[in-house]
Amino acid sequence: MDGVTRQGRVHRVDGPLVEAHDLPEASMYEVVELGEQRIPAEVVAIDGTKLTLQAFEYTGGLMAGDVVRRTGRPLSARLGPGLLGRVFDGLLRPLSSAPTWLSPQTLASGEQQSTRWHFVPNAAPGEELRPGALLGVVADTGAIEHRVLVPPGVSGELRYLAEAGKVPEGAAVARIGPTEIGLFEQWPVRRPRPFAFREETFAPLHTGQRVLDLLFPIGAGSSTAVPGGFGTGKTVLLQQLAKWCDADVIVYVGCGERGNEMADVLGDLAELTDPRTGGRMIDRTVILANTSNMPMMAREASVFTAITVAEYFRDMGYHVVVVADSTSRWAEALREFASRTGALPAEEGYPADLSSSLAAFYERAGRVRTEGGRVAAVTVVGAVSPPGGDLTEPVTTATERFVRGVWSLDRDLAYSRHYPAVSWSASYSHDAEAVAAWQSGHGNPGWAARRARAMTVLAEAARLSELAEIVGTRTLPGRERMTILGGRLLRDAVLAQSALSPVDATCSGERGAALLQLVLDVVDRCMTLVDRGVAATEVEQFDFGALVRAREEAPDLAVCRTAITTALEALA
Amino acid sequence: MNDLEYGDVRSLEGSLLVVRGVRGAGWDESAVIRVDDGSERHGVVLEVADDLAVLQVLEGTAGMRPGGVRVRFSGSPFRVPLGRAWLGRTCDGRGEPLDGGPPILGTATAAVNGWPLNPVEREPPREPVLTGVSGIDALTTVVRGQKLPIFSVPGLPHLRLATQIAAQSSAAGDPFVVVFAAMGLPHADIDFVRTALDERAAAGELVMVLNSADDPVIERLLTPRIALTVAEQLAFVEGSHVLVVMSDMTSYCEAVREVAAARQEIPARRAYPGYLYSDLASLYERCGRIRGRPGSVTIMPVLTMPAGDITHPVPDLTGYITEGQIVLAEELNARGLYPPLDVLGSLSRLMRHGAGPGRTRDDHLEIAAQAVAALARARQAAELADLIGTGALSDTDRGYLAYATALEDSLLRQRPDDCRTFDDTLDRLWQAVSVLPRRELTMVSKALLASHLPAAGAR
Ligand SMILES: Nc1ncnc2c1ncn2[C@@H]1O[C@H](COP(=O)(O)OP(=O)(O)OP(=O)(O)O)[C@@H](O)[C@H]1O
Ligand SMILES: [Mg+2]
Repeated sequence: MDGVTRQGRVHRVDGPLVEAHDLPEASMYEVVELGEQRIPAEVVAIDGTKLTLQAFEYTGGLMAGDVVRRTGRPLSARLGPGLLGRVFDGLLRPLSSAPTWLSPQTLASGEQQSTRWHFVPNAAPGEELRPGALLGVVADTGAIEHRVLVPPGVSGELRYLAEAGKVPEGAAVARIGPTEIGLFEQWPVRRPRPFAFREETFAPLHTGQRVLDLLFPIGAGSSTAVPGGFGTGKTVLLQQLAKWCDADVIVYVGCGERGNEMADVLGDLAELTDPRTGGRMIDRTVILANTSNMPMMAREASVFTAITVAEYFRDMGYHVVVVADSTSRWAEALREFASRTGALPAEEGYPADLSSSLAAFYERAGRVRTEGGRVAAVTVVGAVSPPGGDLTEPVTTATERFVRGVWSLDRDLAYSRHYPAVSWSASYSHDAEAVAAWQSGHGNPGWAARRARAMTVLAEAARLSELAEIVGTRTLPGRERMTILGGRLLRDAVLAQSALSPVDATCSGERGAALLQLVLDVVDRCMTLVDRGVAATEVEQFDFGALVRAREEAPDLAVCRTAITTALEALA
Repeated sequence: MNDLEYGDVRSLEGSLLVVRGVRGAGWDESAVIRVDDGSERHGVVLEVADDLAVLQVLEGTAGMRPGGVRVRFSGSPFRVPLGRAWLGRTCDGRGEPLDGGPPILGTATAAVNGWPLNPVEREPPREPVLTGVSGIDALTTVVRGQKLPIFSVPGLPHLRLATQIAAQSSAAGDPFVVVFAAMGLPHADIDFVRTALDERAAAGELVMVLNSADDPVIERLLTPRIALTVAEQLAFVEGSHVLVVMSDMTSYCEAVREVAAARQEIPARRAYPGYLYSDLASLYERCGRIRGRPGSVTIMPVLTMPAGDITHPVPDLTGYITEGQIVLAEELNARGLYPPLDVLGSLSRLMRHGAGPGRTRDDHLEIAAQAVAALARARQAAELADLIGTGALSDTDRGYLAYATALEDSLLRQRPDDCRTFDDTLDRLWQAVSVLPRRELTMVSKALLASHLPAAGAR
């Protein structure tokens, strides 16, 4: 590379928007470095000799005339062992080893590290290998096996494979044809990693949250948005998912949110044990933190970095869940930059390509057959923070077009401290039917009927409650009053689930189903009682405390069932 | 430092000054401007393009004319001195003393924008601030290192409450400092704050950064940044627990909007710029604690919701950044309740970490959860009573109404000069809750009920 022609000059600086001249060979989305501080920036427009650059760091002190250096490569993530259990910024630079205060120079230096990894080969020289083929594993990376694969685009005869033992970071572990393969690879974050095809078969994702697993379940490889006003519980729900869902790997991206929350996730996950591997939960998690006070444009890159990391683990054959909090902050970064470039704004100042940007993110979710022939998935769950809780705003509406499900958080539920505040009227899941089919194929034929019945009771109860507010409860027929009661019981006994509870923070599929069945049976029994002439008021005043607290206090639901049924029978 | 002076003015508009022929001026650096009317002013570089530099003039451009201006760039962003010399001092939105004292000299200086704190280095907030205000300490405990705003509407005593908190707050005997940033407050309010915080100032526990309603709007943007820069140093270097009160954030945001409009930026919601969220976050996120260091920065922004609308961008974006909110209610104020806390609308998201066993008192979290849940039920009962009359309510529901009154009387109602301990506050909470029938207290363990409630027969 010719160093001289690779330097240009800064011409204009307006915050993260920088314009440069004299870089004739630079290409779109190439990364360049600005000034002596070597601030990373991306080429986002080329107009004649003028380049428009989006800087990923604070540009204070940058002057007209400062040097601009090309790197010759697009914005890329450095993928390899050592990602799990650690915290990175939006460009995948380690924060774990960065200093207390993040100024541009301090972060750039974070990249060098001199770990040695223990490589164990798992292929034979002379074999013809295709992308995705297993070369070996890295042994010292925790509970999840780190598989070293033939990277995309490389195939041929395996000419060399390292022996078992410690390998320095930069060293090659294999050679295929002329291509040296190390433990690390650079992948452009805006380009999806290739796979063979999308899988037709289905597998559910168990989240551990009853309201999701029972009413709005999703499948592996699906995508879901979680819209909700401030304080409605988006972050807690996403953290619950990161802690308890049954995926292999979690990529948690804190995008323009709070620093304290990142410290919290880190602390919580370090203390939890993964019931399936026996390892620490943190060791199945990669955390990307670009808090709201960190440079805005790195926020924009962080969601693509996250999904690239997810695809990297997917290619190893894992089910990866990407949790993004919050995609609205990412969209705001897009808007901020677009407005500085003077782009013609569309709705509420957002750029006209907002929805294609959102699509570029959510469309990378999927359950696929990898190039190496493994069935694996990337599932995406993104929080959306609508201004004023207004669900008709552009980011929410655009997102809804690309996701398979919406878990809508309701301010009134949160206000009355009902958590998780997932609205049963405004949420939906296009995967519900597939989950029902899967359940009945796996010994739970009653799953769909139970869900349908619960949804009906909840919807009816909501309608009747409104009516009751006008005409008074007492004027309603007994059965309708029992439906209102049933709605309340479903809500308090089944759907409520405290993230703080030592016993109920997560709930198995069987226990969730049993609890729902129990409450539905109790509701049926109440109906029967009023049919038999028991006064509705009497049933309403019955002490359902044991039922409502069963999720917390009854390890054995059968005992609880007997007690309640007997007590109810006594009313007759 | 760049010793060259530039005088070739290309244009003047609003608070913006564009100079030509500039070499070596960096984005976001500060500048000193000598004007031929004898004044010296200060500017910040908003944009550089070839040999042009666009400057925002803090004190405004009034009286400037092409040919009558000399600009000297400082080579760094706007900085303030740091250190204990700040204690007991009062300055304006540029860091210049307002108390007639000498210039504030520090051991070092720092850029007022600060740097983002590495999230990995954050220590999660764990200990309470005792504000001495029962409603807050009991039900929305403030935790050291938290950001917890007061949402109010014009005409409510939010400033009185904020100054009461500023005057009374303490951290279990550890060094405690209050930094008060006033943004766009009327002079009468500033005088009120000064008087109320007299004792803190005398004790050397107060720093005031004041930007009054008629001070330059641009300085309003610097005011909280100066306050936070001083606070960070007092906390993380000097080891104090620092409470930063910022009032009124609504005026601050209007200043941001005014400046954005002057630059003809594309507006987002209600004409506020799209980066308002990030701008506010760059202030609020400066709270916290740092691993292995003493001290903490707790931020309490005060804002008035225009027309009481909580979906207005200022409260909305604030709520999206802060860790909960303390909401004041007009209706309670009208009934003469001080402080008029809307308990159900308020929430301290960090309370569960900073209250309870080993923090405040063993019974705190359980009894507080019970109290809030019971108040939610009481509100339902009150709504029902509005429809069908109190007489038609069940005994239980009437019990809840009595409880709501008891909560106001024994816990919430408090004099502005009354500072209560956690013990006193929690005992008052039990007193209110004890109005309810025992069977309703499902959220408190039997052991706590036995030790805190009068014998069943007494009721
Ligand atoms: N499942 C839950 N169990 C118990 N408490 C919860 C739960 N969900 C939410 N909460 C309570 O609600 C508070 C706010 O939740 P959370 O921080 O998740 O809101 P959010 O929607 O992410 O808000 P923001 O948009 O401001 O980030 C929490 O601090 C907690 O007190
Ligand atoms: Mg959140």
